[in-house]
Amino acid sequence: MAYALQQLINGVALGMIYGLIAVGYTMVYGIIGMINFAHGDIFMVGAFISLIAFVLIGMGDWGTGPGVILLVLLVSMAVTSLYGWSVERVAYRPLRGSFRLAPLISAIGMSIVLQNFVQVAQGARAKPIEPVVTGGFEVWHGNGFAVSVSTMQAVIVAVTLAVLAGFTWLVTRTPLGRAMRACEQDRKMAGLLGVNTDRTISVTFVIGAALASVAGTMYLLRYGVAHFSDGFLVGVKAFTAAVFGGIGSLPGAVLGGLLIGLIETFWSAYFSVQYKDVATFSILVLTLVVMPTGLLGRTEVEKV
Amino acid sequence: MSGTATPREGGAARADDGVPAPGEAGGIPRGPGPAAARPPLVAALRDAGLAALVAAALFVPMVGLRTDVGPSGGGLFIRTRWADVAILVALVFGLRLAVGLWTALRPAPVARPGRAALLARVGVFVAPALLVFALVFPALPGTTRYGLDLGILVLTYVMLGWGLNIVVGLAGLLDLGYVAFYAVGAYAYALLSTTFGLSFWVCLPLAGVLAAFWGVLLGFPVLRLRGDYLAIVTLAFGEIIRILLINWVSLTGGPNGISGIPRPSFFGLGFSAGGGPGSFSDFFGLEPSPTHRVVFLYYLILALALLTNLVTIRLRRQPLGRAWEALREDEIACRALGINVTNTKLTAFAIGAMFGGFAGAFFATRQAFVSPESFTFIESAIILAIVVLGGLGSQLGVALAAVVLIGGFEAFRDLEEYRMLVFGGVMVAIMVLRPRGLVSSRTPSVALGKRRAVSGDLVGQGHG
Repeated sequence: MAYALQQLINGVALGMIYGLIAVGYTMVYGIIGMINFAHGDIFMVGAFISLIAFVLIGMGDWGTGPGVILLVLLVSMAVTSLYGWSVERVAYRPLRGSFRLAPLISAIGMSIVLQNFVQVAQGARAKPIEPVVTGGFEVWHGNGFAVSVSTMQAVIVAVTLAVLAGFTWLVTRTPLGRAMRACEQDRKMAGLLGVNTDRTISVTFVIGAALASVAGTMYLLRYGVAHFSDGFLVGVKAFTAAVFGGIGSLPGAVLGGLLIGLIETFWSAYFSVQYKDVATFSILVLTLVVMPTGLLGRTEVEKV
Repeated sequence: MSGTATPREGGAARADDGVPAPGEAGGIPRGPGPAAARPPLVAALRDAGLAALVAAALFVPMVGLRTDVGPSGGGLFIRTRWADVAILVALVFGLRLAVGLWTALRPAPVARPGRAALLARVGVFVAPALLVFALVFPALPGTTRYGLDLGILVLTYVMLGWGLNIVVGLAGLLDLGYVAFYAVGAYAYALLSTTFGLSFWVCLPLAGVLAAFWGVLLGFPVLRLRGDYLAIVTLAFGEIIRILLINWVSLTGGPNGISGIPRPSFFGLGFSAGGGPGSFSDFFGLEPSPTHRVVFLYYLILALALLTNLVTIRLRRQPLGRAWEALREDEIACRALGINVTNTKLTAFAIGAMFGGFAGAFFATRQAFVSPESFTFIESAIILAIVVLGGLGSQLGVALAAVVLIGGFEAFRDLEEYRMLVFGGVMVAIMVLRPRGLVSSRTPSVALGKRRAVSGDLVGQGHG
């Protein structure tokens, strides 16, 4: 029981990270109907920017604390957003209105470019950092097994919730969010009604990249290491989360991320670590085959 | 031939866009607009300056601040590389300026029907010329051992591209896990030959059958999926196969793979460097040479690739092939016309997978070693890139794209880690400049009256 509770805590912390990335996938899919294959690598870029920021701060001896993490987070969000914006501008915008495979191939190419760019620029070795957030507290003690929440996990959950709250406010309460939702429903009509669709799509990519950079920072804090190839697997899992929750649905993406995180953690804890990715991918296949709309997605009615 | 052969921006392909894009491909407003009043040089300079600013913001942290592990093995420290950043930013500025000026100052494009007709006439001779070249390549005086190896590699990808073309180009089913079938074929041959001692020629069809079986197995659950969903499920399938290969150590040898896979023989005559009795060189009375095997492998993969091509071309004219192409264009119409969609999709998967399996068996026998490392997602991406960059459904385009991509990739071997970067960049660039691939016009398989090449824009690939 205590063991299961511990896994639940670990799973939620991991699931939050997946959820943040999944939101980026689901937003882009909702608005232009393409799988942004490079999104996982944007997440990796975010992790690297925070790594560089942390090392810079460490060298400058500015101390540690919540302020430093916030500063790193902001820097990472700013730079990674710019990466997201540039990727859209260079690789996707010229292909708007082209046939469906073209942006997908372009995105795969962009994913290769980003991975290898980071490899060339920052080196092929995994980069470790000193743990920034340490300590933890015991929640419950039962049957000789202590259930503990590390401060790190608490930070991940708190930051993620705060970012998601801000994001929800942005989408539901601001003119920008209204424009995004309008573009998602009917891009042509939104354009006719005076919404600058190109700008809205750019903003979507920027927001998605910012969320991914938050996830990247949290990932770096949690695992303490960044590697240029981290983006692919995490990206595919986050996409699985987006599909599982119902692609196009923002709450669905977070829910899907949480569930994928939990399933992965529990699978590793009770069955086998080697096959944890098989479990995730099987869920992806099963979801799509049994209920292609996901948990919270709407059914797509096809008109001829 | 006139209007239909070349234009990139056909009405059909643009239909779902609707919103007029203010910034065209390059992002520079052309024609009437607020920026038109500005002289082109100023506009281009301003644009290039902005691009350079963005580039600076992108490159300063990533390139300028290189994190390195300290000499004592301690924490990371930062090494600054401002010169590299400056060079990169200057490069971006220069490129953007050149593109901007070129877009602003080039004469308005005029339709040149003569050029299209000439291209079409030359195009007829490209395929036979390539074929003849491929046939005589090992006999050419300048061909080295390295050249032959490169030829084998390129032909392997040509074959994989043609195999995937059946699934993606003809049937319109987007498959991102094609490498799984390649892996099944390779491991099938590796296991059958090392465990049961079966020869290559027995295993080759078996590998194809096994891969086709896996194709059907994958095909069944994903029959209902369309487009991008299908892509992601096939990707997941490819990854599952790879993880199984890594972790099922007792069968596959895990990450270490299987080594000591037997080489193929020429009708029972082996290729041994020593040239003992019963070997190829002994039988034909030749000087024993290790080149014989390489030449034999070259012709083997050439034959396999041509077989793939032949089958594809023949099938396209048969009801099955027509059903594939109909399915690609409109699945609902297909159902309405009484085409069995299930069977059509499954045969596409199975036949595509079968050729992947053949290629896999060839790969195993050439390398004499297989490991899960050869079957990563990037391999699937490369094969798909060959198919799409070549122009979906175009056999010649796929072959050309394989030569350009794989040949180019090998030509820049000295650049090591940079070449993958360039490879990805080329993928993006070709897609942005020629979204329909290198060979974007195609002849319809079935036509009323005279056959005419149509622009790829008019063919709705990738919707299925």
